[in-house]
Amino acid sequence: MQLKHKVGVVALALMAAPLAACGSSDSASAGGNSAFQDHLKDRGPITYVQGKDNSGVVQPLLDKWNAAHPDEKVTLKEQTDEADQQHDDLVRNLDAKNADYDVMSVDVVWTAEFAAKGYLQPLEGDLAIDTNGMLQPTIDSGTYNDKLYAAPMSSDGGLLYYRSDLVKSPPKTWSEMMDDCSIAKQHHMDCYAGQFQKYEGLTVNASEAINGAGGSIVGDDGKTPTVDSPEAAKGLDQLVQAYSDGNVPKAAITYTEEEGRIAFEQGKLLFLRNWPYCYSLASTEDSSKVKGKFDVAPLPGADGVGASSLGGHNLAISAYSDNKATAIDFIKYMESEEAQKFALEKGSLAPVISSLYQDPALTKKYGYLPTLLTSIQNAVPRPITPFYPAVTKAIQDNAYSAMKGEISSQEAVKNMSDAIKSASSGS
Amino acid sequence: MAVEQTTPTIDDADTEPRKTGRRARPARREQLDPHQSRRAALLIAPTIALLLIVIGYPVARAVWMSFQQDQSLDPATQMFVPGGFAGLDNYKHWLLQQCGDATCAPGTTAAGFWEVVWITVFFAVVSVAIELVLGFWFAIIMNGKFRGRGLLRAAVLVPWAIPTAVTAKLWYFIFAYDGIANHLLGTHIVWFSDKWAARAAIIVSDVWKTTPFMALLILAGLQLISSEIYEAAKVDGASAWQRFTSITLPLVKPALMVALLFRTLDVLRMYDLPAIMTGGGAGDGNDTSTLSILVVQEVRSNFNSAAALSTLTFLFVFLVAFMFIRFLGANVVDDGGRKR
Repeated sequence: MQLKHKVGVVALALMAAPLAACGSSDSASAGGNSAFQDHLKDRGPITYVQGKDNSGVVQPLLDKWNAAHPDEKVTLKEQTDEADQQHDDLVRNLDAKNADYDVMSVDVVWTAEFAAKGYLQPLEGDLAIDTNGMLQPTIDSGTYNDKLYAAPMSSDGGLLYYRSDLVKSPPKTWSEMMDDCSIAKQHHMDCYAGQFQKYEGLTVNASEAINGAGGSIVGDDGKTPTVDSPEAAKGLDQLVQAYSDGNVPKAAITYTEEEGRIAFEQGKLLFLRNWPYCYSLASTEDSSKVKGKFDVAPLPGADGVGASSLGGHNLAISAYSDNKATAIDFIKYMESEEAQKFALEKGSLAPVISSLYQDPALTKKYGYLPTLLTSIQNAVPRPITPFYPAVTKAIQDNAYSAMKGEISSQEAVKNMSDAIKSASSGS
Repeated sequence: MAVEQTTPTIDDADTEPRKTGRRARPARREQLDPHQSRRAALLIAPTIALLLIVIGYPVARAVWMSFQQDQSLDPATQMFVPGGFAGLDNYKHWLLQQCGDATCAPGTTAAGFWEVVWITVFFAVVSVAIELVLGFWFAIIMNGKFRGRGLLRAAVLVPWAIPTAVTAKLWYFIFAYDGIANHLLGTHIVWFSDKWAARAAIIVSDVWKTTPFMALLILAGLQLISSEIYEAAKVDGASAWQRFTSITLPLVKPALMVALLFRTLDVLRMYDLPAIMTGGGAGDGNDTSTLSILVVQEVRSNFNSAAALSTLTFLFVFLVAFMFIRFLGANVVDDGGRKR
């Protein structure tokens, strides 16, 4: 009988085994990658990797490039449209030194992590690019340890969508906005919402509340937490107060970008913090009840324009690419004014070249552009740290607890600070 | 007579390799001469090799990694360098919630470890208990003779056939604030915000999805009980309740145990339902997180401490499985063996 037990137990062990296998991916290679010196002048076909191209922007751009460069064709490899999965896919392939990933679209918050792991080719020497005319916050987002690792490709900043039929002039500060909530009550609507579900969107919104009130999350080194301050607590507390007194509807704690957009389009919200992509949807979608009844303004801060978190993607070259000269030429092409304009018109991607925001033809068509420029110019990047996944969890978890009233805003910023500190010490 | 019936029941429901190990080996061993047994070893060698590569290596590798330090930043270059041998540090990180020299602050993955263990166990106990009762009930209904029985059996399978991610999205919409659940109940509950409401929503979805699996395994067990036994019991004057407790339950127990075991192991590694429905959130922010969700969160930043966590999860699931076999299922195996 004993033997039979053992057989059974072994069989069970085998069934449960895939669980333990989850963690068995190789750790990153040592810093100061020796591959940085390889293939700097080589040319040939390359692959461009990015998330699912839902708006069909990329392929036409590639077709045009390929027609002009028959020996240096670029192939598109699409990942899924989930950011976390894109991140994990990049880590797996770069960790395996896969030479097939030549140029990659890197979310602004991954740049530091990938750079510190030695995955990304520094854009210097032969591979340097001209960043003149680009928005400074977007250049910062591609920079790690004073070196540019990723070239700005598209940007994104938060906007305050408001009902222009109900509010005469948009609120300039947070307290003005809270005062305007009485208008929402008169019309039996909810007042304000952002992205408050516990995911990256909450990090974005909580950071905006903290930065907008004069606080900050981390210091200039990107690691030392500075969030345990009265200003940061006050900023977070504004959000907490608004949620507890009902100016932010109870259901908003489950909102991502889409739930908020739908509520706004159904006329249930007076103010909404969201990205520029909602602008064209809310003005054209059949189901939108607010067509022609809304406008955008910069996010409200403590005493003036608030501090948006910066979104967007940068283009980076893999340290293991075999054709880095082609790769950098391709990146320069993707950043050209012409390509940026096409991406804006076809896919509503916010350009990184500041002159495009003042182009009369474009501002006429995309009314939100000047506001977006203000937003991006005042934006504060989310912490540029190689430990970003742990840092964003520290912010999300504690901001969520504070909004739910489980802990006070003071405790929340104290916990954030402690958790960021232990994440940055690598334990 | 009654016990003779159990043997085929277990084996039919049990598709795992232990079946062949348990049943066929003693008989064959007596007949094999050395030449034949060498050939037998040769024949199964590819399978063993495959299992070692596919299962043995990743497990061994994860365990090895769990004793390594995570990479850290070189202060001079600001680039990551690999860490050295960590001893038990990664395990202490989880079990004792040590982050460096301090206790892990709320907002680190380790701070939630024990809470997450209890939540995982809670989901396992509650969902499996409900699924067991409902599954048994479904199985008894499906075992009866009535028109449209085939249709019912097929229909019951539908939730099981839907991919879990789709199920999760489906119930996510049902339990949305403007969703049909609130509409039908006439309530205004923010399901994915309140701790218990969110857990209830996840359990409901899990029960909806996996009760059919339970029901069909139990049905397989029920079908092997001969109707003669029931007739004999009826003649002897046994009540319906007596027939259920003295005939149905003991005879269906082997199939029941297998179903319970499978489901318990499944729920202990539950990931997709809470990940999609709440992202592990609700309550204080981690009140629907399971061990697997925690592993996935940790693997994004630290491979080696994530390896320690998945090794812990593995040991935990293994322990539960072992206890099932040793204390609950042990009788099943012993009875079958003794009678033979």
